[in-house]
Amino acid sequence: MHPAYSVILFTTASGAGYGLLALLGLVGFNHGPASSLWFGLAALVIALCLISLGLLSSTFHLGRPERAWRAFSQWRSSWLSREGIASVITFAPALLFGALWLGFIDGPQWIGLAGLVTAAMCAVTVFCTAKIYSTLTTIRQWHQKLTVPVYLAFALSTGAVLLMAIASVFGRYQTFQAGLAMVTLLLTLVLKYLYWRQIDAEPRDRTIEAATGLARTGEKVRQWEVPHTAENFIMKEMGYVVARKHAEKLRRIVMILLLAAALATVLTVLVSALVVPLSLVAFLLAAAAAAVERWLFLPKPSMSSRSTTAPNGLNS
Amino acid sequence: MTSLPAQVSGQKKLGLVIDLDICVGCQACATSCKEWNTQGYSAPLNDRDAYGTSPEGTWLNRIHGYEVKGAEDEQSRIVHFPRSCLHCEEPACVTVCPTGASYKRAEDGIVLVNPETCIGCKLCSWACPYGAREYDYDHGVMKKCTLCVDRIYNENFAEEDRVPACVKACPTGARHFGDLGDAESKVSRLVAERQGYDLLPEMGYKPVNKYLPPRPRSSEKFTVAPTPSETKSDGKSRIEDFFRWADRLLSR
Ligand code: SF4
Ligand code: SF4
Ligand code: SF4
Repeated sequence: MHPAYSVILFTTASGAGYGLLALLGLVGFNHGPASSLWFGLAALVIALCLISLGLLSSTFHLGRPERAWRAFSQWRSSWLSREGIASVITFAPALLFGALWLGFIDGPQWIGLAGLVTAAMCAVTVFCTAKIYSTLTTIRQWHQKLTVPVYLAFALSTGAVLLMAIASVFGRYQTFQAGLAMVTLLLTLVLKYLYWRQIDAEPRDRTIEAATGLARTGEKVRQWEVPHTAENFIMKEMGYVVARKHAEKLRRIVMILLLAAALATVLTVLVSALVVPLSLVAFLLAAAAAAVERWLFLPKPSMSSRSTTAPNGLNS
Repeated sequence: MTSLPAQVSGQKKLGLVIDLDICVGCQACATSCKEWNTQGYSAPLNDRDAYGTSPEGTWLNRIHGYEVKGAEDEQSRIVHFPRSCLHCEEPACVTVCPTGASYKRAEDGIVLVNPETCIGCKLCSWACPYGAREYDYDHGVMKKCTLCVDRIYNENFAEEDRVPACVKACPTGARHFGDLGDAESKVSRLVAERQGYDLLPEMGYKPVNKYLPPRPRSSEKFTVAPTPSETKSDGKSRIEDFFRWADRLLSR
């Protein structure tokens, strides 16, 4: 994950975008057409921009971005391919939903269905993204039952806070938005905490002895000579020392940011005069939490191979 | 393409058998691999900053060195350990590929990357538990051991030269190439005789390549033999006394 900074920001962005879009779909399903054209338009545009930004940025770190279209072909086996397809398909119901909601297409009876399909496709896309990681058996920290729920929870909670923030800016703030944001933020916090507990409790059984198969009972294997004098691809790809070094601190930061976001959300209910600044602050805090979490998640597992420069996941 | 080909019994499974007892870590196989594959099947194997302070490059085969040691007073053993793609039977590096650029050949089990369709997303490198994939920063595509697919079927070569470059180059005969799907083949018999083993079998990738373990060490403890000049002559051997005297003289 060498060029990860942009990827981290943009996966966070597209997560929030999908969360927001899914919630808009559900709102549309519930309430029918937007009572405020400008709120609806702003929210949809923001959601689609965040999503597109994420998708575009993910092609920039490809070695051959001009061939990215080929990635749609292997849906039968590859979660990355499925993610790509799902993300493109999602635009269809989303645009239809937007057109119906904003009154560009006249058909109020269809809005509920379009909203529901949009929400479902958002969930499917985030699910596929998470599956890319959770199905990699080579990387213990990703190959976890909670990887998928955590991805979904972050998308939903950042989307919910964003929905609240946009609504408040357009004078459409409602208590249920704050309630939803708070519940999903706390859910995210709990899931992520459980996830960390799980990976800490598991034995780190991928030893150099197992990876080489060289040791008989009681013997120890030690790297004695490396095959190259410079860093190689595996080491570069896998190295992300900073996040690992400060893993404990970063975990605490994520939890504090999530809690602070939830707190700011509660305050929006209590201090009605400050609804707009408070909900914007809540969104910034939640987004920061998501970004730090991703920074910790994406590169963390890799470190492993630095010591042996061989198999992935070693000692990790 | 990215789905794996159906397995049929008696399937040809071309692969390498590497004898860890014999390998001396001379790097001939790695060098020869680089040389052959730089002009061969895929885009050339790149090098960066080749004459600078931190040269690096793409290699499909690298030789690691490990020290294996038991009890405190036991002499340690050094094992040279060449690593390249194991052409696994169930490789996730293939199934995760979103473009179909990574594929496993049905006819002989060789795992290849098509340099024309690879997008360089690097997901396969995360999926390989053996660190066998290398990224080529210059061409933006993934590289890996091809089992020298462009040598082993090359009819312009004499029969005995239709083997991977690394096998051909190995001066000690530590590397063997053949069909591991055929129980009667030379490589299969070698694996049976010497208890050839799989790397990380618990990962479920079912590597085709096998490693032959170093032979058990002798049970004798290693002690330093006293040098001749330190022991006293028993007076019987004049000629040895002479050499002792010479040793003392020359040691001055
Ligand atoms: S060794 Fe790695 S790259 Fe080679 S087939 Fe197995 S999983 Fe794929
Ligand atoms: S089989 Fe060919 S490509 Fe593979 S390690 Fe040997 S020389 Fe390199
Ligand atoms: S050429 Fe043979 S002996 Fe030399 S490092 Fe390679 S496998 Fe070992």
